[in-house]
Amino acid sequence: MTPDLHLWLIPVLPLVGAVINGLFGKKFSQQTIAGLALLFSGAAFAVVLSVAFRFSALATPHTETLATWIRAGSFQADFAFYLDHLSLVMLLVVTGVGFLIHIYSVGYMGEEGGFYRFFAYLNLFMFFMLTLVLASNYLLMFIGWEGVGLASYLLIGFWFTKDTAAAAGKKAFIVNRIGDFGFLIALFLLIKHFGSLNFEQVAQRVSPLNPETGGAGLLTAIGLLLMVGAAGKSAQIPLYVWLPDAMEGPTPVSALIHAATMVTAGVYMVSRSHLIFERAPTALTVVAIVGTLTALFAATIGVTQTDIKKVLAYSTVSQLGYMFIACGVGAFSAAIFHLMTHAFFKGLLFLAAGSVIHAVSGEQDMRQMGGLRTKIPWTFWTMTVGTFAIAGIPPFAGFFSKDEILWRAYQASWVYWAIGLFTALLTSFYMFRLWFLTFFGVYRGAAEASDEDAAPHGHGHGGIHESPMVMVIPLVVLAVLSVTGGWIGVPASLGGSNRFGKFLGPTFESTTPGLKAGPGAASQVAPPGKESEQPEPQTGGASEVALTGISVSAALIGFGLAWLLYYRNPRLPQQIASRLGGFYRAVVNKYYVDELYAALFVKPLIAGSALILWHGIDQDVIDATLDNSAHGANEVSDSIRHMQSGNLRSYAGWVAAGAALVIVYMVWVGTR
Amino acid sequence: MVPISYYLILSGILFACGVTGFLIKRNIISIFMSIELMLNGVNLSFVAFAAQWHALSGQVFVFFVMVVAAAEAAVGLAIIISVYRTRETLNVDQVDLLKL
Repeated sequence: MTPDLHLWLIPVLPLVGAVINGLFGKKFSQQTIAGLALLFSGAAFAVVLSVAFRFSALATPHTETLATWIRAGSFQADFAFYLDHLSLVMLLVVTGVGFLIHIYSVGYMGEEGGFYRFFAYLNLFMFFMLTLVLASNYLLMFIGWEGVGLASYLLIGFWFTKDTAAAAGKKAFIVNRIGDFGFLIALFLLIKHFGSLNFEQVAQRVSPLNPETGGAGLLTAIGLLLMVGAAGKSAQIPLYVWLPDAMEGPTPVSALIHAATMVTAGVYMVSRSHLIFERAPTALTVVAIVGTLTALFAATIGVTQTDIKKVLAYSTVSQLGYMFIACGVGAFSAAIFHLMTHAFFKGLLFLAAGSVIHAVSGEQDMRQMGGLRTKIPWTFWTMTVGTFAIAGIPPFAGFFSKDEILWRAYQASWVYWAIGLFTALLTSFYMFRLWFLTFFGVYRGAAEASDEDAAPHGHGHGGIHESPMVMVIPLVVLAVLSVTGGWIGVPASLGGSNRFGKFLGPTFESTTPGLKAGPGAASQVAPPGKESEQPEPQTGGASEVALTGISVSAALIGFGLAWLLYYRNPRLPQQIASRLGGFYRAVVNKYYVDELYAALFVKPLIAGSALILWHGIDQDVIDATLDNSAHGANEVSDSIRHMQSGNLRSYAGWVAAGAALVIVYMVWVGTR
Repeated sequence: MVPISYYLILSGILFACGVTGFLIKRNIISIFMSIELMLNGVNLSFVAFAAQWHALSGQVFVFFVMVVAAAEAAVGLAIIISVYRTRETLNVDQVDLLKL
């Protein structure tokens, strides 16, 4: 008999917190609100930890059904929770990082209005995110999927009196809706052809199928549509545009939702559907290409941004691109590994950036910072750890996960690897650019930032100052995780045993003979002709070490360039920018993608809607029908109204006329 | 024996007189009297048919009509008095408001 782990507690606990704070929080003191929010998110974390400790004794996958939800014919979808290695990792990341960010928010949001609203939303987000990762079927997952979108919308538009924030919230919601459309169609196809949305049943029915070769089939269609959904949620080309704008939200939100957890939902979903993708090589190739392009594209934009949060946002898009490269070459455990380390170091970077913003009274422009190293030492050191981790410098966490992705990408095709490597260089460059601009040199901001400038953030209280302990502690914990988080996945070539990959093995093990897990699967998805002539052994020790060396040197080159341009010779970037001219302007303006979308989709849609839907259908058909029938009724009754004059003899006349008519009728009937 | 058609024609004439009086008279009392004329026109056709078919039910109907007409006259006259007290007129063309 399998033990009852009460998995339902994990998502429901934050929901309780959200409901209490959301409904009654207005009357509570800040301590009560923060206490409640921390209690419930911490309790969820505690439950996850207890589950994790009992995990090794469990028969996986472990399913717990709470209640029947939909039962129609042979189709069934339950409120059921599915625990395997993959969802356990996700649970630990979501609740662990989520709890830390809750703690941080107590300090960061302390002087904001709507304290209770913020924590209610944050707990609500946790509820939906945990539903997403624990769901045992695609439909329940979709509930969580939509729910995190809702929470994201609410939190991006948290300062809803600010126009840009409200617009950013809407943008995120609408762009996500496009992706969700693809996801939904994929679900319909699954129901139609496999009769179920349950992970286990779908796996059972998909496993016997052979990989689709030579173009498009059902599984390719499902895979591509799922990828559309993932691209929406995880900010990949062409749907990435919402994520940079989402930085309008409070910084802890950016850290939790738009870096550590929600945006990785697409990676989780693709990994969860790995059986489908492994049998649809075309779809996998598309995933890899989208990931590669996104990684490069976002990294180049990140190089030119001056807003500290925007740099991190583009960096997030770029890192998500890495995860999709990994998915696309069939290295799902590498994707999840990077997802986890990315949650640590990007969460850390965002929180540290928030701490910097807090320190300089709401200023987000890096050109107005500088020399903060000595003034906010805790923030500086933790941010340093995060920067080294994302840049991929050993032995920090990002090094191991990024290196594994690059290695697996190289096995699939050197093109992915080369672009990934160049992106790694750019990543290192723009992160150290951020680091040098913020912490080194001389302070370039106003001596004492005036409170008015920081109005929406409300952080204006005096000069540059270190954040309170409640904010520093999560930074330190995440910094420790960013250092050590990668050690669980040290590859064999560096003397480790990639325990993380082995841990996730049971989830990603392919059940079909002829479809090997690991590089075998990867080589099958590679474009023909690129991979076949150079079969790599899985533990190609020497070449893997060589590649590692190359990627580390790329990171160091990035560091060197940043040092040269932003520390040694701060005037040089300006000269290079003017030398590059049009190209530089295009990158600064994010390749005009927003403008392009506006011209291609938004404006025609608004114009068409105004002309056809609004003026044409709404005004001329719907409104006109209603108005005209009302006018008609008005006119008819206006003429009939005069019958009721109060004049007795006219009434008598009507009665007599009526009676006469009846008599005539009866005579007519009688004589017919 | 007078044929029944004579009675019915007379009854029709009486009823038509009543209707005409009701429509063209302005005085409430005259209208009231026109109603009585219509009732009696109907009564006449009832008794005529009763005599024709040797059935008593027609005569019983007439008694009922008379009783109801008497009651109606009592109530109607009371209303007329009340109307005259409040409006000081018996011209129906001037009595066209339910509420003063």
